[in-house]
Amino acid sequence: MEQVLSDVKILDLSWYITGPYCAKILADYGADIIKVEKPGEGDPARAMGPFHNDEPHPEKSGLFLHLNTNKRGITLNLKSKTGKKIIKELVSDVDILINSFSPGVMERLGLSFDELIKINPKLVMTSISNFGQTGPYRDYKSNDLISYAMGGSMLSTGIPSREPVNLARNIKMYECGWLAATATLGVWMGTYRDGIGDHIDFSIMEALSGSTDRRSAQLLGYNYCGNASPRLDPKNLRRFFIPTNVFPVKDDWVLPSIVPARWPAFAKALGRPELVKDPRFKDISDTSKAQDLDDIFREWIGDKDKEEVCSEMQSLGSAVTPINTPADIMNSEHFKERGFWVEIDHPATGKLTYPGAPIDMSDGGFAIRRPAPLLGQYNQEVYENLGYTKEDLITLRGQKVI
Amino acid sequence: MKKKLPLEGVRVVAMTVVFSGPFSAMLLADLGAEVIRLETIHHHANVTRGIIARPPQEMYTNNYDGGYWQYPDRTVGEYPYNRCTLFNVNGRNKHAVTLDLSREKGIEIFKDLMKITDIFIENNSPEVLDKFGINYEMMCDANPEIIMISAPGYGLSGPYRDWRGYGNNVEGVLSHTWQSQYSSDDLSTRTPSLVMDSTGGCGMTMAAMMALHHREKTGRGQFVDLAQGQTLMPCLGEGFMDYSMNGRVQTAMGNRHPVAVQGCYECKGDDNWIAISISNDGEWEGFCRALGNPDWTIDKKFTDSLSRREHHDDLDENITNWTSTQDKFVVMKRLQEEGVPAGPLLSEKDAYNDPHLKDREFFVEITQKWTGTHNYPGFPWKTSRTPQEVRLPPPGLGEHNEYVFKELLNISDEEYAELEKEKYIGTEYLPDVM
Repeated sequence: MEQVLSDVKILDLSWYITGPYCAKILADYGADIIKVEKPGEGDPARAMGPFHNDEPHPEKSGLFLHLNTNKRGITLNLKSKTGKKIIKELVSDVDILINSFSPGVMERLGLSFDELIKINPKLVMTSISNFGQTGPYRDYKSNDLISYAMGGSMLSTGIPSREPVNLARNIKMYECGWLAATATLGVWMGTYRDGIGDHIDFSIMEALSGSTDRRSAQLLGYNYCGNASPRLDPKNLRRFFIPTNVFPVKDDWVLPSIVPARWPAFAKALGRPELVKDPRFKDISDTSKAQDLDDIFREWIGDKDKEEVCSEMQSLGSAVTPINTPADIMNSEHFKERGFWVEIDHPATGKLTYPGAPIDMSDGGFAIRRPAPLLGQYNQEVYENLGYTKEDLITLRGQKVI
Repeated sequence: MKKKLPLEGVRVVAMTVVFSGPFSAMLLADLGAEVIRLETIHHHANVTRGIIARPPQEMYTNNYDGGYWQYPDRTVGEYPYNRCTLFNVNGRNKHAVTLDLSREKGIEIFKDLMKITDIFIENNSPEVLDKFGINYEMMCDANPEIIMISAPGYGLSGPYRDWRGYGNNVEGVLSHTWQSQYSSDDLSTRTPSLVMDSTGGCGMTMAAMMALHHREKTGRGQFVDLAQGQTLMPCLGEGFMDYSMNGRVQTAMGNRHPVAVQGCYECKGDDNWIAISISNDGEWEGFCRALGNPDWTIDKKFTDSLSRREHHDDLDENITNWTSTQDKFVVMKRLQEEGVPAGPLLSEKDAYNDPHLKDREFFVEITQKWTGTHNYPGFPWKTSRTPQEVRLPPPGLGEHNEYVFKELLNISDEEYAELEKEKYIGTEYLPDVM
């Protein structure tokens, strides 16, 4: 099937999460990706869990398997002279190069943008780093938690009486994968038209500061009027949403988000339409009566489970949603019906269910053409394509170049 | 070497609301598309140009809570809907028009606009477009090559299609809320995060560009059914893969990590914190050096990476003892000099004063008619040849009506005046609009 990005060739030198996820999004929509890994150990994500059957093995990392679908993997030692020569041969034939080396590494390898653009004038190079290629923090170390601390709204996350808290682990790294993919495709759209390459300096700290998970709006708020956005006890959201915060339901939780204007509909859903005339609830935003309304909702919940609570409430137009575990949502009918989950067969793990298409296009969209590569799986195919013989490959292997 | 903007000559009409859609439209506008934001003076899309269109001044006079909907000097002003932070922060480089789509003539003009439009994007609840009879088929009648992207939370099919709720509700459904907590045992401390608005916004932008590229190759437009939730789910991939591979249900880890020892530690001053992560023996040795190798660091509880994880609580207490008397920036510098990943939790003020963001000129100055001159969070990435510039400030409601209706659609002065008189178009919400 001709996919939307079938004509795009990408060389992916990145590792861990952000770069590989950026490349995966493009690969899943058709781009041909050659993923270059270090001989021997490969992408460090191969050493990170969760592992299939909890067996730590470089071909069984769920993280790696998920992030590297549709890529052809090769190994190459970039520090060797021959490795550098081969990389340049690969660069001359691609549209996009993605890397996530620490700033300065590509320059030291003789693979700076200024060098590579001489080989390939239409190259779009995306360099992903924690803090960018310039500036005083350029060489600082970071990770998911620290990136959120410095670039995101972490100081606003959690409750006032406790320390600020991270979101789901690594989610900010994935979010940056989305942003980097958008940057890469955006710039390439221009290069596709004018044939002039470009270098994207993608700083994770900046991307999070300029992106829309609360931070950018909170930053502008400070600039407009000096207000910071402190951590907030979710109970205080009662002013905007009724009833108060989350509710325990059997062994689970549900989250109602009903705006005051929807109070009559909510009262009806509770089977108590007369409550709108109850003097206690004349002003439904009045937090001093919050407890009364919460008790009524709790009583209505009774021993219903969260599916029953939410489907009954939603069918009557009230915004009550379950707080699901990963298992709950993998088993839920909605995304099954939409065909979101995909089954992928892989030589080391057999068939497994993976998250699938983020965007359902009606023409030329998402497809899994191959599972994540075994380490060096495509060496022969890719290097022979460049004109190397089987004998050359044996020599390169012996010299630990591949 | 200077380049043109990548999407120059591409026209986008955006009927987008709240966070994700306007963010997406801004990214397309930054890349050079002519983005026309489509609104109506008959209705304010919930929490988009303010919590409500005209909040009472008392709500803001002494309001120091922060949040997404704030106004210059805590003053809502005469045109609050042109002055609100959430709208303006995602507003640069866009045009804005108003048009009443609930009347036949409005729909006729809408169809004329679609004839000269490449991409239509929207992220409303499915019922909104249904109400106006707007759908892909009617757009194709006007323009067979059009690209339409619909991006509600759950998509346009499936049992949750019409479920009510905000982005934060969807994050709960998708298991992000479950995993982003102090502990999964008590979810009452949840923070309403909006990661899906960022991934969904990127997804809409990517969808627009991919469909456009496909059209360049094939001549065919298309419809994209974009469930924003599906853009967030791959970002929770480890949880899904663990369940898929091992049947295990991952739970929240707070500030902890599956391999490293790490945390968020209190520093000197009011609500000052630093995040520190130590993932191997080398970083641990650097950490000890930074502290001057105090006695507690040689306790056998902390000698190797396994014992440090076993005694994580103890370790946290010792680290806090050290950080709590110091300035967070001093701690960062000291630890980073020894190769230890560490960074302060930047307040909004810290970010505006941050030497790194300053050096990289992250904030950009924008002057807008209703708010004056301010420094805005800037472009999320930097290019070296593709221009990145603010061509237009955040638009006021209906600010570009004349340009779009008269210049682009050739509506005569008389007819334009009639449209204004009949309240099809305008630059102020009608008096009863909330």
